[in-house]
Amino acid sequence: MLRLPPLDYAAPSDLDEVVALLADEGSVLMAGGTDLVPNLKRRQYPGAARIVSLRRVPGVAGIDVADDGSVRIGALTTLAEVAADDRVPAVVREAAGLVASPQLRNRGTVGGNLCVDTRCHWLNIPETWRQAAEPCLKAGGEVCWVAPAKKWCWAVSSSDLAPVMVALEATVRLVGPDGVREVPAAELYRDDGMDHLAKRPAEVITEVVIPPLTGLRAGYRKLRRRGSIDFPILGVAAALRFVDGRCNDARIVLGAVASAPLRVTAAEELVVSEPWSEGLVERVAEAAGKAVRPMSNTDLTSRYRKRMVPVYVGRLLRDLGGYHE
Amino acid sequence: MRLDPHHGVVGTAAPRIDGLAQATGSLRYVDDLAFPGMLWGKILRSTQAHARVVSVDTRAAEAMPGVRAVLTGEDFPVAFGLLPVSQDEHALAIDKVRHVGEPVAAVAADDPDIAQRAVDAIEVVYEPLPAVTTMEEAAAMADEPIHGEGPRVNRHREVSLEFGDVDAGFDAAYHVREDVLFYQGNNHAALETHGAVGLLTDEGRLHVYSSTQVPHYLHRILAKVLEMPEGAIRVTACPTGGGFGGKTDVFSHELVAAKFALVTGRPTKIVLTREEVFYAHRGRHPVLMWIKTGFTEDGRITAMWLKTYVDGGAYGSYGAASLLYTGQLLPVTYDIPAYRFQGVRFFTNKPACGPKRGHGTPQGRFGLEVHLDKAAEDLALDPVAIRRRNLIEPHSLTVNHLRVTSCGLAECLDRVVDASGFRDRYGEMPPGRGLGLAVGAYLSGAGLPIYFNDMPQSEVMLKVDRGGGVTVYSMAADCGQGSTTMLATVVGEALGLDPTELTVVTADTDLTPIDLGSYSSRVTFMAGNAALEAALRLGDLILTAVADEWEVDPDRVELGRGVVVAGDRQMTWREAVQIAEARWGLLVATGSYKPPKDIKGDYRGAGVGPSPAYSYSACVAEVAVDADTGVVSVEKVWLAHDIGRSINPLMVQGQIEGSVHMALGEVLMEEQAFRGALHDGPSLLDYKIPTVLEMCDVESIIVESVDPEGPFGAKEVGQGPLLPVIPAVVNAVYDAVGVRIDEVPVRPDKVIAALRDRTRGGTGRYGPTSLPDYEFRPPLPVDPPGR
Repeated sequence: MLRLPPLDYAAPSDLDEVVALLADEGSVLMAGGTDLVPNLKRRQYPGAARIVSLRRVPGVAGIDVADDGSVRIGALTTLAEVAADDRVPAVVREAAGLVASPQLRNRGTVGGNLCVDTRCHWLNIPETWRQAAEPCLKAGGEVCWVAPAKKWCWAVSSSDLAPVMVALEATVRLVGPDGVREVPAAELYRDDGMDHLAKRPAEVITEVVIPPLTGLRAGYRKLRRRGSIDFPILGVAAALRFVDGRCNDARIVLGAVASAPLRVTAAEELVVSEPWSEGLVERVAEAAGKAVRPMSNTDLTSRYRKRMVPVYVGRLLRDLGGYHE
Repeated sequence: MRLDPHHGVVGTAAPRIDGLAQATGSLRYVDDLAFPGMLWGKILRSTQAHARVVSVDTRAAEAMPGVRAVLTGEDFPVAFGLLPVSQDEHALAIDKVRHVGEPVAAVAADDPDIAQRAVDAIEVVYEPLPAVTTMEEAAAMADEPIHGEGPRVNRHREVSLEFGDVDAGFDAAYHVREDVLFYQGNNHAALETHGAVGLLTDEGRLHVYSSTQVPHYLHRILAKVLEMPEGAIRVTACPTGGGFGGKTDVFSHELVAAKFALVTGRPTKIVLTREEVFYAHRGRHPVLMWIKTGFTEDGRITAMWLKTYVDGGAYGSYGAASLLYTGQLLPVTYDIPAYRFQGVRFFTNKPACGPKRGHGTPQGRFGLEVHLDKAAEDLALDPVAIRRRNLIEPHSLTVNHLRVTSCGLAECLDRVVDASGFRDRYGEMPPGRGLGLAVGAYLSGAGLPIYFNDMPQSEVMLKVDRGGGVTVYSMAADCGQGSTTMLATVVGEALGLDPTELTVVTADTDLTPIDLGSYSSRVTFMAGNAALEAALRLGDLILTAVADEWEVDPDRVELGRGVVVAGDRQMTWREAVQIAEARWGLLVATGSYKPPKDIKGDYRGAGVGPSPAYSYSACVAEVAVDADTGVVSVEKVWLAHDIGRSINPLMVQGQIEGSVHMALGEVLMEEQAFRGALHDGPSLLDYKIPTVLEMCDVESIIVESVDPEGPFGAKEVGQGPLLPVIPAVVNAVYDAVGVRIDEVPVRPDKVIAALRDRTRGGTGRYGPTSLPDYEFRPPLPVDPPGR
């Protein structure tokens, strides 16, 4: 099997110490390790010198429900635990249960899945084979093989939970050298394959808080080749509020079509503009499809993935709105 | 002695005799081996698709603490290749590299991390050469061809044969149809990656353990490449975690691990990563094919012309045979009165292709069975009728001189058609659901050995101890197909003994007599016959001795279950063995198997395709196709297989179900595809193998035609059942949504593209439209057998 590069390992039992160690050049944070370890084995982080594990830090795992109905999920809670916990909103449980495979969900965590590195088939291969082409931008080279004309990395946001948390307007709690801050999930992400997280390297996600979903209908659909194991090549999360046969509040978020979860505002504006109908659903789905430009950098063709956006958005909206094919 | 199974051993569904060790993890695979002082080897592989190797500087690697030896191409001057006609490989590259991933240098070190760092420290200077990655490019004249001197076309081998008058057959036809189809390459993806350990014995002999299906060929090639006598080398094939043909070639790491043992005097282990397996490859050849067939009005074939364009990758490997297999086995299912077969295998700068389950035949079989489905529609015949009308007869000769003996194809066809309700349901299912039908056939062992010789292909020795214990010695390597259990079952049936009480020693060149290896589905037929012959001889020794003891006619003495009987007299097997040993001395018996000579024609190319017997299969697949997403779900497969005689029905069923799973991968998702010369996804994440969620229900139907020459009438089941599943699924997709996908894998994007084409007034077809610009030489005329 592929070998890890030589690395130091630290697992402090104190969060401040984790944060302090992360400030050092070459430190990488590990929660479940299901994304980090294979990436390290493929030598995707040439500067990595030390793994800093969260595993001994108390209080960063577990699920609580606050008096107002909001749900707090500790960053180190495993995806399997989330998928199995009745207190967690169904849409989150469903998305967590669709990540990777059962074995990986037993290791992988909520915080890790929110931070999962962007992916590209020019990048996520072992170093030997990456050398067979000139290294791409994200591998430290000068060119993006997906779109060589522009010096920009299009690696794909591949988290199942990210679009759901954005759609639910969840809040992420970050602890860093300058203290604690809470940011909306949408603001955690940047549409830049090189640097997709709007958090400082020494900041640690400790929890995500999902506000009460009173009156919201929410769902998630995932496109991938097989019924297990695979990363999404399209994720659709939606949260809708209906009053008198009309949707008056909509959040529609796409995963795996860009380097960050993509909120399709054109579709959201359309969906609240008139009473709910099958015709409206079709137009909203088309609008969502027009808003995306997937690249040829992951499984199946970019054209196919674009064509699937209206299909998947339409199916999810029909589920949530009560209209079926 | 009686030759029909009557001891209740053959034909009984029983677990494999090594099943518990496999299931509990106690079986020792090559990666489980550890020896004192063992070194870890690592191979440096080419990052260039095609380049001259200007220099390999190993000084920095050699200077690293913990590095014990470094090897380069200079250490392996002797070329090798599995087929005598393809001696085109070196253990480590000399002068040139021909694909990304080709072995260039190697390090043996105290631990795997040092080995990796040392490999990283080796400096290779390449002078890049133009790379050829498609067959269209390979068909063009090249100044710097992949092999040999330019200018020349990157052709490896060509075949051009004509049996009977094909043009006359087309002229006489009521309907003639042509199709172009493509079958993408794919990898075996056995769960266990390849590995080898080389060491020196106390006596100074070289001992190589390897996860190989072919210990005998490895033995020969080690001797050749290392320039040592075969007697100075011992090869042990470890139990493998799957092979599927992927471990039937000899690989760099086996030769390198052996050489490190010789150079350092220390055991050296090399186990490939999954990525290295994808680059070592030797898997399914991508084949582009053109097929033209003439039919009478009622669907009888008048003539067929097949052209295959085979993308071989950078080396010969088994390719000379693979190329012939793309066409030579098609006449085994249907009576084709005139047949022209032209094929070409190109070299490209990609990992070499080789044999994978079905070796060269699934591609042509897919092409023919999809083509026949379309022809049936043209002629307003149903898919059953057009096949029935053309079925080959048992005990007949094909147009290309293959000898067909037992043939249960008609029964296979009837059984799957009946079980699936095909006649009532085909064409009548709701939109998005469909049924597809196809048939296939496969060898029960290649009739000719890989290197020319007149010796047996398989030999078995039995030895009996005084407690009555019987040990079976055979070089047959169990690659997961169950050959060890087969040997115990055949011997157990012949002698009336419980297979689980026999000892089977396999796959070791010091201990066991020759078996050529686990490829071409040859082991049950060939090693099984050798084992049966040995058991019959041993039985005769024992019956004769007991008859003398009892002073009765030897014809009156019989073997029962664990006893010897004559009328109302009886003694235990153990007592009988002791009487026989007292009578004869050491109780040893041997058996050998050599295929008959009359199974092949007499023309250039006739050596590939003949087999002492052919297995037959028929399949109906039921699919659901989502017309919005293009996703094809296979709901159920009915698979009837003519095994001749089922030695162990449980293992037959296992092979059928495993074949269906592998076929689903090939027809729906698996592809060894490249971006330029770079593998598109050399990992088990990116290379899509169906999970248990994609696996369908399988109804296995075992048909027993009782072959006149097979051991107890048995034929093969390891490869044949894969073949019809792929075209059956493709034909079912057409029944479900009315589009023809003339290319596997049937990815959802292809289905969507075909559906959109139809919506826009097109034909609703997805597939290749052109052929490489390549002119075949005129076909060699061969007279069909007189009939």
